[in-house]
Amino acid sequence: MIDTLRLTAERAIGLLERKEVSARELWDAYRAAIAERDDELHCYLTLVDEPNGEGVPIALKDVIGTKGIETTAGSKILKGFVPVYDSTVAQRCKDAGLATLGKTNTDEFAMGSSTENSAFGPSRNPWDPSRVPGGSGGGSAAAVAGGLAPWALGSDTGGSIKQPAALCGIVGLRPTYGAVSRYGIVAFASSLDQVGPTTKTVRDCALLYRIIAGRDPNDSTTADVPEVELPEREDLKGVRVGVPRQMVEAEGIEPGVRDAFEHTLELARELGAEVGDCELPLSVEYGLPCYYLVAPAEASSNLSRYDGVRYGLRVPDAGYHEMVMRTRDEGFGDEPKRRIMLGTYALSAGYYEAYYGQAQKVRTVIRQEHGDAFERFDVLVSPTSPTVAFELGAKTQDPLAMYANDLLTIPSCMAGLPGLNVPCGLSDGLPVGLQLIGPQFAENALFAAGHALEKAIGFDYVPERLR
Amino acid sequence: MTEWEPVIGLEIHVHLKTRTKMFCACEVAYLDPPNSHTCPVCLAHPGALPVPNLLAIEQTVKLGLALGCEIATRALFHRKNYFYPDNPKGYQISQYDVPLCARGVFVVPRPDGDHEVGITRAHLEEDAAKNVHVGGAGGRIGGSAHTNVDFNRGGTPLLEIVTEPDLRSADDAKRFLQLLRQTIVELGISDAEMEKGTLRADANVSVRERGETGYRTRTELKNMNSFSFIARGMEAEIERQIRVWESGGEVVQQTFDFDAASGTLTPRRSKEEAEDYRYFPEPDLVPVEPGEELVEHARAAVRELPGTRLRRLEAELDFDLAEGLVTSGRDDLYERTPGDRRAVANVVMNELAGARIDPVAVDGDELGKLVEARASLRRAVFAEAIARSGDEGFSAEPYLAEVAVTDVSELGPLIDTILAANPGQVAAFRGGKQGLLGFFVGQVMKETGGRADPRAVNELLREKLAG
Repeated sequence: MIDTLRLTAERAIGLLERKEVSARELWDAYRAAIAERDDELHCYLTLVDEPNGEGVPIALKDVIGTKGIETTAGSKILKGFVPVYDSTVAQRCKDAGLATLGKTNTDEFAMGSSTENSAFGPSRNPWDPSRVPGGSGGGSAAAVAGGLAPWALGSDTGGSIKQPAALCGIVGLRPTYGAVSRYGIVAFASSLDQVGPTTKTVRDCALLYRIIAGRDPNDSTTADVPEVELPEREDLKGVRVGVPRQMVEAEGIEPGVRDAFEHTLELARELGAEVGDCELPLSVEYGLPCYYLVAPAEASSNLSRYDGVRYGLRVPDAGYHEMVMRTRDEGFGDEPKRRIMLGTYALSAGYYEAYYGQAQKVRTVIRQEHGDAFERFDVLVSPTSPTVAFELGAKTQDPLAMYANDLLTIPSCMAGLPGLNVPCGLSDGLPVGLQLIGPQFAENALFAAGHALEKAIGFDYVPERLR
Repeated sequence: MTEWEPVIGLEIHVHLKTRTKMFCACEVAYLDPPNSHTCPVCLAHPGALPVPNLLAIEQTVKLGLALGCEIATRALFHRKNYFYPDNPKGYQISQYDVPLCARGVFVVPRPDGDHEVGITRAHLEEDAAKNVHVGGAGGRIGGSAHTNVDFNRGGTPLLEIVTEPDLRSADDAKRFLQLLRQTIVELGISDAEMEKGTLRADANVSVRERGETGYRTRTELKNMNSFSFIARGMEAEIERQIRVWESGGEVVQQTFDFDAASGTLTPRRSKEEAEDYRYFPEPDLVPVEPGEELVEHARAAVRELPGTRLRRLEAELDFDLAEGLVTSGRDDLYERTPGDRRAVANVVMNELAGARIDPVAVDGDELGKLVEARASLRRAVFAEAIARSGDEGFSAEPYLAEVAVTDVSELGPLIDTILAANPGQVAAFRGGKQGLLGFFVGQVMKETGGRADPRAVNELLREKLAG
């Protein structure tokens, strides 16, 4: 009997290699779990009926283009759209033998922090189905936490991998910008989007990252990455851990989150880490507002291709412009519309310098500030999300409160740096996430530190109510 | 009476001669069946990303060097955002404030001295697809029944050259375009044929009183795509503007479409030009950094410029002949052909051009022999030789052997013999039947095997028959 709630991908690979289970048995076990729990959790938008690989199954966020498998990005405007080509990451998963279980739910075009912006209904948190799993990659995170996939891929623009991983009590890596190909990923904000793994353990995370990372001739912004090392060490001797003061003192961090974080810092010291304070004042103060200029600006342009001309939804009308307007009006939900308007405004003649131009300059400052911090530290740590999973509907009427959820994940995204979420405890029975940030292409350092802390914390990733 | 001075600037688009499109691997083939060269990138499918064509970048650098431009060490691609069916991404990838080539000077020789035309910029962009509006009036999208889009042209590399408003007459503009075209052709980067649409020109036209230093309102003339009509179209607009100013009116900013077939200008509806393109740096591409190696390689391809050659040839010919040779690409053959310069120039410009001989295929030495013997060759023989001069292995010798007999010492006795043998005809001629001259000429030709020079024969016959 395969316990999909407990089974890590690494162990699943071992079971397959030793022929203790067949690929089919593994697949069927996840399908059975999906049949049992996905009505409640709503992790999947599309399920694949037959495995397309002989390896461990995987779930892919629905912004990841998959040849022959519907890819909607959680939007009505792409309902029924079936890509004619595989994204590079989907292809690399196929090449590695991973079988696509299905496509997971996401906020529309990855815009959101709760999956409540999905045109196809929200996903729910396996720890408490009255709460959100985070977002935008809530479907992938809930699927892994709920045992509906051994691992999954998400995409992260301002926290869409790290924050849901935190809220669902699992591991999530947002890689260095340029480490993983964006080719075939439905674009939200091109200068920020990165695909990354959502897994039960740090070692699983490293294994999956190894499969997807590396230069892709189809994405000019990718680069070669250092060879991925599976973490072994369980101590932090000699590791310099920086605590950005402005991040841990930020307004809105729940006491329970703070407690779990402080406890983790203690563990880090016990493991031999040199823990010290550092400063990221401008990054924390301006990261969020700058993000909400840069990301919507790029999104307003990236979403222009959904015009009803070539694919996806078309709402006919008298003329071309009328057709485009009606198609986009009916095809996009409120959040994409809000961001298209915001971004269009930020790029408009007369406003560009004050908004988009200025935000890009601040981004350089954020990068420098992080660079300075990494002169003294190997990794920086903070809570991933200021809060634990919140109730569905709690923030849907207040976009700014929803945006504030990403306060701690956004600065390093703006700097193009890798970030890893490792569950670090519970607050009121709900998972708290620890964010580890590293210098560019220092994923191995994050895996090493994350693995050691994971072992010391001993967090049980199976949701209490499902044990 | 006021003396008016036209002020003209040009914007030229050139289709580059590359095998593949600007940002994808599709073949460039405009004339193939519609939409037979498309892919996810040039159809703007979700997730598709551009990868720049390095050959197009090198070709642009070549032209930039020929135009005396500074080559950017770090050029940027920008997005130009607008909705139109031929623009599938909803933005065109173009260049904005940091083009590949900027601040050049192109010298255009005129009969009265060199004229320096400032080159504002030369940059690389992708062409739009081709819209075919079906039904309705005026080939516009408004009012048409539907629009077919052929994406074969979509995404093909396009070089845009923008001049300063330095041209002072329609003739100057035409002269500039002809020299520019010749430069482009010689660099081998484009066919640059207006008739085939691989060279397209727009003109910005205004007028001012001579001595005035500022610029008045200009109008834009789109698609001046005919060397024969371009000057006429600009002249018509110059005259119109002068009439407007002289009648106390004011020229308003306006865009006209030029119809090459009729030479007429039709104003565009002003609504179609009021656009805010919301330019911003293309985040899917890294900056273009043409390395020293690429620039030096490109520099090596830039030969002596047509304008410089024109000046050199003008010293031995007159300006018009020199200009004709250079702008038609025939000056190389002219220089390879020995002999009297004017005689050579005339043969190369008139006879060879008339016979549609490719000057590249002609052996200059052999042609020189023909030019030298031209006066003594019969017209038909010379024409035949010219018609064959482009053949492989052409030799002038067989034609030179047919040098006409003009020598009186040879023709005189022969004519005497013929006259003696035909006393009846001689008497009839002398009696007034002047038409019989042809009979005698025919006899001489027969006897000489056609080698006699008709003019010499005529003269000698008249002389002897008169006697």
